[in-house]
Amino acid sequence: MGDGSQVLMTRSEIKADLEEGTAAAASRAKVAPLTDSELDHLLDLYASPSRFTGVDVGDEVVLTYDGSGSKTVATRTQDLQIYEQMFGADTVELGTADYSFKAVKTILGYEAQTMRDAQLVLTVPLHYGAMPNLGLYSRPDGPVPNWSELLPLGRIEEARAAQQEAVEYAVKDMVQVADAMWEAGADALDFDTAGAAGDADFLATLKAVEIIRARYPDLGIELGMAGEFVLGMHGELEYEGVRLAGLWPADQMRLAARAGATVFGPAVTVHTGKSCAWNVARALTIVKPCVEEAVIPIHMNVGMGVGAVPMSNYAPVDAVSRASRACVDILRLDGL
Amino acid sequence: MLGMPCAHANASGMGGMRAAGDLVARLEMTRGMRLPQAKAYVAERLGVEPAALSDPIAMADVRAELGLGRVVTFEATYPDAPNAIEAKFRIAELLDLPINCVERFRRRAGIRERTTQTR
Repeated sequence: MGDGSQVLMTRSEIKADLEEGTAAAASRAKVAPLTDSELDHLLDLYASPSRFTGVDVGDEVVLTYDGSGSKTVATRTQDLQIYEQMFGADTVELGTADYSFKAVKTILGYEAQTMRDAQLVLTVPLHYGAMPNLGLYSRPDGPVPNWSELLPLGRIEEARAAQQEAVEYAVKDMVQVADAMWEAGADALDFDTAGAAGDADFLATLKAVEIIRARYPDLGIELGMAGEFVLGMHGELEYEGVRLAGLWPADQMRLAARAGATVFGPAVTVHTGKSCAWNVARALTIVKPCVEEAVIPIHMNVGMGVGAVPMSNYAPVDAVSRASRACVDILRLDGL
Repeated sequence: MLGMPCAHANASGMGGMRAAGDLVARLEMTRGMRLPQAKAYVAERLGVEPAALSDPIAMADVRAELGLGRVVTFEATYPDAPNAIEAKFRIAELLDLPINCVERFRRRAGIRERTTQTR
C-alpha cells in the first residue's frame, strides 16, 4: 500500500487498481491514459510474488540522491563516501539537516568548506542540495507577512504582495549559496521540492536558476518538484509569460529548461490509502508527457512518498524496486 | 538505506564508479545531455559498447587502464593508482568536460598545464 503496509491482492484486483490509477490521472491531469501493453507490463511487475525486481541489463539509468550527505551514520563527508564506495551511487549530494537555502545561508562558510573538502576525496559528481522553501520567509520565521494567515481573512492583495516580496528574498539567498558552492568546487546544485509553497516558490526557483545559469555555464542544475501540480497560492504569477499556477510536469519541465536547469525532476505524491499498483499507474500517467517532450534529462522523484514509493521511513524493497523498474521501463527516463 | 538508496541502485542504477555511472552522470548534469546520448558519448570516449557501461567487471579494467578511479575494498586496494581528485583530472581530460573542483585544484596548487592522459 501507499503507506508501506502489506496487503494481499489477487491478480485481477491489481489489474483493476492499475486501470483505476491511470484513469484517475488521465482525468485529473487531462493526459492520455497508459496503453494496454504498458498496463500489462505493470501487471506482470506488480503481480509477481518476487521480493525484488530490476531493469533489463543495459537499461540502467543515472541515479541522483538527495540526503546522501546528511550525517546519517558518520560525518557528512564519510556518508558521501559510503554512498560512492559501498552503494554504487552514480552521484551524491551534500546537504544540511535544515535543508533550506535560507537556513544554509547562515552557515554558508561551513557548508562551502565541507563541499571543498569532500571534493578532494570523492570521484563521483557532488551536488549541493536544499529546498527553496518560501514559507520560511513569512512571519514568524521570516520578514514578510504570513500569506497563509492573510488568505483565510480574505486579504488577497496583501497575501499576494507578501509572496512577491518573499520571492525576492529567496532568489537572493539561493544565488548567494550558489556563488559560494561554485567557488567551493560544486559539480551541481539541486533545487529540491521546488513549488512546495506554491507558484511563488516555483517562481523564485526559476528566477534563481536563470541568474545562476548566466553566471556559471558549466554548473549542473537539477530542479526537482514538490508535487505534480503547482498550487496557486498567489494565482497570478508568471514566468516568461506562462502562468505558473496549475502547471503539470510537462509544462514545469519546459520552464525549468528555459531557465537553465540541466536536469528536471517531476514529482507525483503518493496516496497512502491506495495500493502501490494504483499509485504507480497514476504517477506514470502524469509524468509520461513530460518525458516524451523532454529537452533535458528527466530524473523522476521516486523516493519516500513520491513516485509510487510508500510513504514510510522503512520502505519495503519489493515496493521500491518495482517502482524503480516500472518508471524506467515505461517512461524511458534518464534517471531517478 | 537498504530500502531506498540500495534498492534503487540495484534495481535500476548504473553502479557509479563500480562501472561508469559517474561518467554518464557528468554529461547529463553538466551538458544537459539525455541518457542515450550521454551513454553513447562516454562509450565512444572509453572505447566500449554502451551496454558495457554498467558492467562492473568490464569497467574495472577500463577504469584501471585509464586511471579513472576504482572502488577500494578490503580485498582490492590501489595505493599507487589515481582516485578521487586525482582521477577527476583524468576524467575531465577523457570526457573533454570541465570539472569545477579540478579547475580550482589546478589553480590553487599552481599547476599551469593540463595533465596529459596516459594509458
